Amino acid sequence: MSEKVLMKGNEAIAEAAIRAGCRHYFGYPITPQTEIAAYMAKRMPKIGGCFLQAESEISAINMVYGVAGTGYRVMTSSSSPGISLKGEGISYLAGADLPALIVNVQRGGPGLGGIQPSQADYFQATKGGGHGDFHLIVMAPASVQEMADMTAKCFDLSDKYRVPAMILADGTMGQMMEPVVLPEPVDYCKEKDWAVTGTKGKRKHNIINSLYLKPEELEKINFERFERYKVIEENECLYEEFMMEDAEICVVAFGIASRVSKNAIVAAREQGIKVGMIRPITLWPFPKKPFRAAADKVKAFISVELSMGQMIEDVLLATECRKPVTLCNRSGGMIPSPEQVLEAIKNAAGGNK
Amino acid sequence: MKTVGILIAGFGGQGVLFAGKCLAYKGLDEGKQLSWLPSYGPEMRGGTANCSVIISDTPVGSPIVSNPDILTAMNLPSLDKYENDTVPGGKIFVDSTLISRKVERTDVDAYYIPATQMAKDLGFPNLANMILLGKMIKESDIVSLDGMREALGHVIPPRKADMLEVNMKAIEAGYNY
Repeated sequence: MSEKVLMKGNEAIAEAAIRAGCRHYFGYPITPQTEIAAYMAKRMPKIGGCFLQAESEISAINMVYGVAGTGYRVMTSSSSPGISLKGEGISYLAGADLPALIVNVQRGGPGLGGIQPSQADYFQATKGGGHGDFHLIVMAPASVQEMADMTAKCFDLSDKYRVPAMILADGTMGQMMEPVVLPEPVDYCKEKDWAVTGTKGKRKHNIINSLYLKPEELEKINFERFERYKVIEENECLYEEFMMEDAEICVVAFGIASRVSKNAIVAAREQGIKVGMIRPITLWPFPKKPFRAAADKVKAFISVELSMGQMIEDVLLATECRKPVTLCNRSGGMIPSPEQVLEAIKNAAGGNK
Repeated sequence: MKTVGILIAGFGGQGVLFAGKCLAYKGLDEGKQLSWLPSYGPEMRGGTANCSVIISDTPVGSPIVSNPDILTAMNLPSLDKYENDTVPGGKIFVDSTLISRKVERTDVDAYYIPATQMAKDLGFPNLANMILLGKMIKESDIVSLDGMREALGHVIPPRKADMLEVNMKAIEAGYNY
């Protein structure tokens, strides 16, 4: 096992991507994820990879589209407003069934917003992220270790299902340093029978495309893609349960919100309140199963978010509204404090009237 | 040791992030759980900068230190802003060259170190941060001074080995103040 090093979350993503065999990075700088591009700029030329700072986010995502078509591992990263610009290209990647990694280190919005951490791109990430019928595989890291591990995982899942994957982090996760054990490097060079790599006259040529003018044909392809999504939903849901065994209140939080919530849950337990947490690790597919189980046991759910309440809709759907779900949130770059979450827990427990 | 939240705050350029990083690496070498979170907003471009460091025996929850056990203030705005947030029984370290007022709280331990003046006198005017770090190590049980040179080795690249010695001297000066 390699040794523990201290790294920023952004740097851990970049190094983990290289170790996963990614040799192509295209991006455009934006706070708070610029360290990813900076790291790639430093490392890629030394290992025969390609770092390219495009003239815009739109350009960068289309470069990703190009490389993805050749079957090579490729990624881009940005923060909220930049991800919106990439939306068209992300939809094209999905429409052409191409694997790629897109990292969103979120900041406050809407518009140009601010540069402080946020989770307000949840809808954008989990409900598609562009026009048309599609999903991304979306993972939400809650530590620098997970920033590294999920990078490798996203590349693997993205390849396996030919679905673009997204890491949905936030400014805190990107900027903080924690000890991390980096994954072992893999020698990645898999032949892909669908890739456009030149036929050398020996095989039928492949076509990468997302244009289908016959609606019957497009419908068929969309139906087929959603069959693959079903398999992903069945097999790839990830979540963490924290102190849920005897919990009467269930906090739901991902990323930085789950870190803050853990403090609040420990404090509430010290006051005798039976509270636990379900932390979705994959945001799409959303891990519905533990919520169905919890809805039978707990009195109430609290969705803790750095947004005006977006994941809460998935909690309501997953629990089929069987128990009350309240929102504990901050917005615009503010982070809920453990005290605020503790208050919400006390309210849900009936302590604060 | 329980969980200790440390907030180091000052002007951008005083090395508050660097001091926090050295502390974090020392915690890593000692096998502690830890997190380091910088302010990355416009404040680090000339205004106040700060960094949250948490060192613990158990996994770190929130990496944000809003109520520090240890506050190190390298300018007056930082002391004004964070003094009241410090937990009762906590410690406040003040660069008394740059901050003329005393700590008003009576339920915390206050330490006054003329770090900026000491740094000047020692011939490395930019290392008030490391002098304060030395004093923090002395007066608290977050990490020990033993092995500090190795910890600095993670932060300072080998080609700047002379800087490592200078930083070490500053830490020792603070420790022995």
